[in-house]
Amino acid sequence: MKRELKMKLTRRLLLGVAAGGYLLSAGAAMAKTELTFWSWRQEDKAFYNDIIKKFQEKEPDISVKFETFAPENYQTILSTALAAGRGPDVIQVRAYGNLETIAAPGYLLALDKQTVPELANFPDAALAAETLRADGKVYAVPFATQTMLVIYNNKIFKDAGVQPPQTWDEMMKLAQTLKSKNITPFANGTSTAWQNETIVAALLSSMLGKQFEEDIVSGKANFTDPRFVNALAKLKDISQYFAPNFTGVDYASSQQLFVAGRAAMFAGGSFEVANFKKQNPTLELGVFASPVEKPSDERLVARYYDGGYAVNAKTDKKDAAIKFVRFLATPEYGTLFTNELKNLSPIKGIKIEDPLTQGIAKLAEGAMSYLMLVRFRYQEPSGSVLLQSNVQKMLAGQQTPEQAAAEINKGIATYYKPFQK
Amino acid sequence: MPVSPKQARTLKHRSWVAFLIVPPVVFMSLFVVYPILSAFAYAFYEWQGLARGEFVGLENFREVLFGPTMAPVVWNAFLHNVYALVALMIIQNGGGFLLAWLLYKEPFGFRFHRLAVFVPVVLSTIIVGFLWKLFLNPNFGIVNQALYALGLDSWAKPWLGDSSTALGALILANAWHFIGFPTLVYLAGMQRIPSEIIEAARLDGTNEWQLLTNVIWPLVAPSTTILFTLLFIGAFNWFEIPYVMAGLDGSPFGSTDVLGLVFYRTAFGNQSASIQNFGQGSALATVIFLFIVVFASMLTLWLRRREIQF
Repeated sequence: MKRELKMKLTRRLLLGVAAGGYLLSAGAAMAKTELTFWSWRQEDKAFYNDIIKKFQEKEPDISVKFETFAPENYQTILSTALAAGRGPDVIQVRAYGNLETIAAPGYLLALDKQTVPELANFPDAALAAETLRADGKVYAVPFATQTMLVIYNNKIFKDAGVQPPQTWDEMMKLAQTLKSKNITPFANGTSTAWQNETIVAALLSSMLGKQFEEDIVSGKANFTDPRFVNALAKLKDISQYFAPNFTGVDYASSQQLFVAGRAAMFAGGSFEVANFKKQNPTLELGVFASPVEKPSDERLVARYYDGGYAVNAKTDKKDAAIKFVRFLATPEYGTLFTNELKNLSPIKGIKIEDPLTQGIAKLAEGAMSYLMLVRFRYQEPSGSVLLQSNVQKMLAGQQTPEQAAAEINKGIATYYKPFQK
Repeated sequence: MPVSPKQARTLKHRSWVAFLIVPPVVFMSLFVVYPILSAFAYAFYEWQGLARGEFVGLENFREVLFGPTMAPVVWNAFLHNVYALVALMIIQNGGGFLLAWLLYKEPFGFRFHRLAVFVPVVLSTIIVGFLWKLFLNPNFGIVNQALYALGLDSWAKPWLGDSSTALGALILANAWHFIGFPTLVYLAGMQRIPSEIIEAARLDGTNEWQLLTNVIWPLVAPSTTILFTLLFIGAFNWFEIPYVMAGLDGSPFGSTDVLGLVFYRTAFGNQSASIQNFGQGSALATVIFLFIVVFASMLTLWLRRREIQF
């Protein structure tokens, strides 16, 4: 009898505790909004979790769950989730044509200066990268400025007694000097298709010039323009100083060549710098913009904006998601992003610590667009695909610069009105 | 009405059969039949990313097969699939036949070799692709290093970067990966041949070559049928090795492009094209599917009729 009573008591007690616990947790859930945030930047997980902590110091009632997917599958996974009416609350998206594939069907929330006043912190070109051309609305807060330029190994340059070149002829001479000392001048290879596009932008931008871009956009010139053909011919010329057997050298191998200190220069994106440094912290790196043809020409890098942070149009936690995205648009965030990830944030008024990143930021001021991505990745056949395969073919010696330029032009002219005259 | 023991037994038997059949049928319908049918339906719509737009009838099919942008890419890729089929038929299946014949004769260490020849088949295709990519690296890969060591410097090439050798390199890597499978199937076929037939042939004074071509080859025809059909399906669905070794673009400049890569690029986009066209992707997938089904069935029927019964 006594024992039974005791058991009854215990049971009640347990029930009470359970119910209390349930109420408590329900209360917490009501006050706390949990956002999910998708990204393809697995390698930046620690950084983003830090950022989330900083955000929570300001907004203790919002928690953010950061989830990553492999970059090559990200777009597929994301669009499948969005099409099914699900997907995360906050989404790291890409820019330009790639953004349009998810913004055009209405999956993303349009942002404006009322909801996100911090948009004023960005240069127009950065916002343009996250704008849907059809309605002129901004759909994401941009996160990084990337530039195509030449990264060089300072130690190799010093040991060989050479300086970064100003003009194309100086660069040819420099490459020759390095080669005569048994140093591979450029680590680059062309076996990975997209590397051809980065090489063109990193080496030829100053020779093409801003005027060329303007003429392409207005339709005054097309890709058979002598400026473009001549630049391609110069590229063919300098490719003799790429990695040995460069047509068979893929992206990973050329990165390795440079990181191991077996090549003096790497023509590519500013996004490589952090990666190179991580793989070999002893590397002393420098950067320079593509060399000019005549000393009086303007020196340029090719610039684009990498992507942005967007809000899912179907989220039921819109206010919280916008609060988080606004935080990702502050100079405070931009400064952290730039200094932690050694990647340049487009936000105005950030403080850059790393001298190399300062150098990149300085070069990014004199820039033309990373042309095919910014202007011609909206329709098939994309300018990027055309440029990549035709430059690859030209550098393999299977077509002339004239033929390559004509092929690129022919492909784009199938849909680009200004070329159809 | 009371149930007789006999009826109870049939009922039990029937439910047992249903228990065995229903799960796979549900699974197949859900994950095989339904996606195929829906892909077929998707092909008739215009798509914006993964959002379905208007009904466009056969427009996607027309664009994929005859359109000025897609058609050259598709036909170029189709041609490479045909090359792969022919080359793999000779190298992979033909080589498998010869290897099986060697193993059949049980030379010294045949138990080891029987196992060894099958080991690559078990490896993940992704691993095999990466492995061969390393082997074929123009500067430190084992293939060129071996050629240099043998003094054949002029033979060394950037294999995967040269449009004249890239597809061949992929085909060889694939053959290395899968040759164990036809070998094993042919070996099983040879072991099924009654020994009297071979003894009788030997008594009649056939030499090795005659025995192989006039006796063994016709008698393993059922193996050839199944291997050819499987290779046919495999060659037109070819994706993993080209994807890993040449990339989504069929680098260099489309010389290793195959239908599987074109489909993936079209439907899901790649980094350099951005555009996801699910309608055209589905149309292409449907065309590939129908092509494989129709030709594979015709081939099987035709090859079956040529087989000898014993």
